[in-house]
Amino acid sequence: MPFDSILFDRAEDAKAAGTSTEPTFFGDLHLDQILSSLTADREEYELAPFFYHPLHSVESVLYRQHILRDLEQEQILGSVRAFATGMRRMREHLALANKLHYELQKQRWFLGAGAVYCSLVTAFVQELAAVDLDSPGFKSLRDYLVTYTESEAFTSLAAETQRTQDALAAVTYSVHIKGSRVRVNEYAAEPDMSEEVERAFAKFQQGAVRDYRVRFREYAEMNHVEAQILGLVAQLFPEPFARLADYCVSHAHYLDKPIARFDREVQFYLSYMEYIAPLKEKGLPFSFPRVSGRSTEVRGMETFDISLAAKLVHEKAKVVANDFYVTAPERVLVVSGPNNGGKTTFARTFGQLHYLASLGLPVPGRDARLFLPDQIFTHFEREEDIETLRGKFEDELFRIHEILSKASADSVLIMNESFGSTTLRDAVVVGTEVMRQIIDLDALCVFVTFVDELASLGESTVSMMSTVVPDDPAVRTFKVIRKRADGLAYAAALAEKYGLTTESLRRRIAP
Amino acid sequence: MKAFLMHPDEDFDTQRELPANATVLTQDLELNTLLGAMAAGDPLLFEVANRALLLSLQEPGAITYRQEILTDCLETPAVVRDLYALAGEALQAEKSVWGGLARDSPRILLRTSVNKMEILVKFLRRLREMADEHGSKFRSPGLSRFFAMLIEELGDEYFELIEGYINELNFKAGPLLSAALTTGNKGSGYNLRRAREQGFIERLLDRSGYSFTLPDRDEAGARALGELEDRGVNLVANALAQSRDHVLSFFILLRAEIGFYVACLNLNDRLAGKDEPTTFPVILPRDEVTLSARGLYDACLTLTIDQRVVTNDVDADHKSLVMITGANQGGKSTFLRSVGLAQLMSQCGMFVAGDSFRANACDGLFTHYKREEDETMESGKLDEELGRMSDIADQITPGGMLLCNESFAATNEREGSEIARHVIDALVAGHIKVLFVTHMFDLAHGFYEQHLETALFLRAERGSDGARSFRLAEGKPLPTSYGEDSYRKIFGKRVGTTMAAVTDS
Repeated sequence: MPFDSILFDRAEDAKAAGTSTEPTFFGDLHLDQILSSLTADREEYELAPFFYHPLHSVESVLYRQHILRDLEQEQILGSVRAFATGMRRMREHLALANKLHYELQKQRWFLGAGAVYCSLVTAFVQELAAVDLDSPGFKSLRDYLVTYTESEAFTSLAAETQRTQDALAAVTYSVHIKGSRVRVNEYAAEPDMSEEVERAFAKFQQGAVRDYRVRFREYAEMNHVEAQILGLVAQLFPEPFARLADYCVSHAHYLDKPIARFDREVQFYLSYMEYIAPLKEKGLPFSFPRVSGRSTEVRGMETFDISLAAKLVHEKAKVVANDFYVTAPERVLVVSGPNNGGKTTFARTFGQLHYLASLGLPVPGRDARLFLPDQIFTHFEREEDIETLRGKFEDELFRIHEILSKASADSVLIMNESFGSTTLRDAVVVGTEVMRQIIDLDALCVFVTFVDELASLGESTVSMMSTVVPDDPAVRTFKVIRKRADGLAYAAALAEKYGLTTESLRRRIAP
Repeated sequence: MKAFLMHPDEDFDTQRELPANATVLTQDLELNTLLGAMAAGDPLLFEVANRALLLSLQEPGAITYRQEILTDCLETPAVVRDLYALAGEALQAEKSVWGGLARDSPRILLRTSVNKMEILVKFLRRLREMADEHGSKFRSPGLSRFFAMLIEELGDEYFELIEGYINELNFKAGPLLSAALTTGNKGSGYNLRRAREQGFIERLLDRSGYSFTLPDRDEAGARALGELEDRGVNLVANALAQSRDHVLSFFILLRAEIGFYVACLNLNDRLAGKDEPTTFPVILPRDEVTLSARGLYDACLTLTIDQRVVTNDVDADHKSLVMITGANQGGKSTFLRSVGLAQLMSQCGMFVAGDSFRANACDGLFTHYKREEDETMESGKLDEELGRMSDIADQITPGGMLLCNESFAATNEREGSEIARHVIDALVAGHIKVLFVTHMFDLAHGFYEQHLETALFLRAERGSDGARSFRLAEGKPLPTSYGEDSYRKIFGKRVGTTMAAVTDS
């Protein structure tokens, strides 16, 4: 297979990704936060479009999973990182070659860019040759690089870069300053005064001393005095400078396009691996999901919301993981229970897992079986202020309607407190109605609600609850488990704790 | 080139942190009185003496090294005082050259360093002259080595060499820099080189290389050229500034080290002025538990009163517990302090206040004294005492020495004795020498009844007429040391029945 892309096994996906925009559910699933962390310090690669484009074929997902497994080998990862660092440095050199004023400076920065490029490509191909590559993607990259580095174009570039570098490195000169007169000469091995002075006073040496050396600010730019001196140096040493000028003309277009593309695309993987590394270090599991095109059975053990986990790990707080599974005929996970108990996080996790799986990435959790949905829809309560309750309720219904009209049996729906801002009666009646439609649609769904009744509308619903510590109901466990919906149990426990159950309250108010 | 007057092979450490118990020790032994006499108004001497006292030596050999130097100093005090003054003068003169804003400009740093070096070299010459004149008068290994070193290291040739460099670094012909090209073809690795000597005509005819001249109005250019020169002299300025620092720290250390002996001379002058005797102690290795003295007195006390003070003899060789009981104001505290002071003075290489003193080196001296403050907070006081003892326990090690003065008197005698017993048993078993002043009969008597080979009991004596003699003698604890004397003096009669009752209990 000729090498084309480290991200896409099909050209049509690559093309579609080129024009992709942010999916509507990104914010609700906190994928936008994840993406902005991932791409911080990586603006130059323009990675966002890759993250906006989920894959719909199992083979394409496996193509990426395979590459990621290779990247999990420390040696391979190290080589790719070194390659990327090198390319970054090369671009810095090129930027200076474009920006600076004096021609001799421009030329030397350009040569520097070429030197960085040659050595990084050479090192990279050697390193790839020394490791066991397993993925078709990396294997074909390696074959491509071997052919490229053995080509006449590359070998002559490398040789000439080296010769020109060496010639310039050999230039040493002296500058004699007397008043405003400056004389530039070849360096004639005049003795080093600093050394002599140090030696003369060595007998007073008293251990550690202060360092008086001034750290000069180094600018890439030159002032006109430096430029004048450099001009005279070029006159003293005409041959190396002529070689340099030649080099810039004959190798103006040295950069290979597939290599440049690889440099950008591989950052998709590196950015994600870097993002999850601190979480893995804390013992949080990540795994490659088994993906399929059918949704009859999905599951995930010890799963968690990675944007929340990133925050908690940073704050050194504990991350709570949850298990879920949906087996036919089950289709809808109905989540209820005390507020702030982890319901929304659970729903978000479910959505994140499916989306990350369809990007070909490892997902937070173990033993994951996920399917590649045709679409993901989310309905989270909106923050914006709508004047009347009715206005808000209608707005929500409008959005739900839109979702239901677009979704299919192969979609994933995440409904989060969809009727949180209405009366209980409305919520029960309308909620039941919406739920029936979802069941009819046969889509895979997580439905977070405070309406217990929705959890038992048939064999396709599964009831799950956020839980509290039994002895201290004010303390949440953030565990969401399969459990019959029972909104009253929590209220009773809380009442007991504060002495407000019927019995205790009677005793307390009794004379 | 190092003075090495405090240790045979290392510098006097002027930075090391003082031991954690320094403040307590200073307070309990009234060290500031002693240090004041040693300093004679010179804060530097105070500081040096303080460090020397508190950072004790352990090795008898290291102690002898200082004792021998001090013996030399006592014989030829004028030269020693001159040496101290010379070092001070050199440091003063160096300071008079203003460094300017040398931090950002190696050129300015180089110029001030050259100026300062010129001054310091003059003082080095004077030091050398002093060595020529007086070197032969000293016999101690420390001072003999010091003067011999000056003569050897600071020869005329050497002065010529360094004065040559100092002269050269004035750059009459302008600096010559070497450089290479780095990334972006910028010059780098600028370093100062010695130009080939050229005669006037030769220089005139030299057409090698290429040159240019900056126009007079080009201020930016002049600045750029200046920075280039800064880069070029960066290393040499650093080398010379560091050399200057080295010479400076030589004088600083010399002043501190010789300062210790000047401080000893000061104290000697004060004591000799009162005809109080001093003696060089014999210090034995740590494990040879020894404490014997003749005519030992409290150096601090004698510095504060006109008459001479009472002396004590003690024979406590092989004793790890010395328990001191007896009359109030009977000289117990004074004795305890005189032992503490003698131990500290011995272990810094000084003479001690007495006719003779023999002791083993101790690995850390600690004091636990009853505190007078906060008399009202009885319960808090015991807490405070226990807390201080716990602090000591954190620091003290086998081979250490602890002076207790009325410890655990903040509570009733039974409780205090019990606590003290636990403490003493533990410390003595842990090879720590304990001197314990107490009026707790229960405690002292209890130890006495054990007939320990390693315990000695001293009692504040009282003359037959009841007048206190301030002398201690070996003697078993008596049932009380409560203010019987005071009672009688004030009430005009002896105590009788009360005392019997206490004895019975």
